[in-house]
Amino acid sequence: MASAVKPRVKVPKSAAAGDVITIKTLISHKMESGLRKDKQGNPIPRQIINRFTCDFNGQNVIDITLEPAISTNPYIQFSAKVPEAGEFVFKWFDDDGSVYEERKTIAVA
Amino acid sequence: LAVLPIRGMASVDEEIADFTGGAEVVEGGVTLTAPEIAENGNTVPISFDAPGAVAVRIIATGNPSPKVATVNFGPLAGNQSCALRIRLARTQDVLAIAKMADGSFKSAKVAVKVTIGGCGG
Repeated sequence: MASAVKPRVKVPKSAAAGDVITIKTLISHKMESGLRKDKQGNPIPRQIINRFTCDFNGQNVIDITLEPAISTNPYIQFSAKVPEAGEFVFKWFDDDGSVYEERKTIAVA
Repeated sequence: LAVLPIRGMASVDEEIADFTGGAEVVEGGVTLTAPEIAENGNTVPISFDAPGAVAVRIIATGNPSPKVATVNFGPLAGNQSCALRIRLARTQDVLAIAKMADGSFKSAKVAVKVTIGGCGG
């Protein structure tokens, strides 16, 4: 597992049923592209988050394949439909096999 | 053991064909927003809006590896838009290619001037 990886997600606490809400996510990760070289001129091996998914109550919202051209600390903003109260599950998949997960519940007013 | 960083990386046309399967891509119908001038190529904010799309691929035509991201929208996607921060190696065009629900493809292109490239060296 890469050091100091911390996912952060911003989801409204409540919404009306059927509302479209904006979700902002950020995960601290160096996203080593594999193109850089160290001081000795040796290539630094690639280590990035290669996939991000968001599901709500088991249904998919978004599924993104990320490449080395995504910046350090990947920021992703998207929107989701909220048909009922429930839980968002966010997952980030690291090249080294780690999966970082974050969950957020939302109430329907 | 030495791995050449460039090996196996596809060209822009190959990345487009890989996504579209060779189908025709029509310009328009997709909004791609990117800064005209990016002072720091390490983190360039971009966003797109592709109403009716099921998937969108972002391609940076001037990067050593042009593919940036492929966004697939699920049944609970609120709309077909997304914002990301990307790396751009130099001044170039950024493409967004959207696969529509009916199987057709639409695209948008934005030119971004990059002051400091973002791929390290």
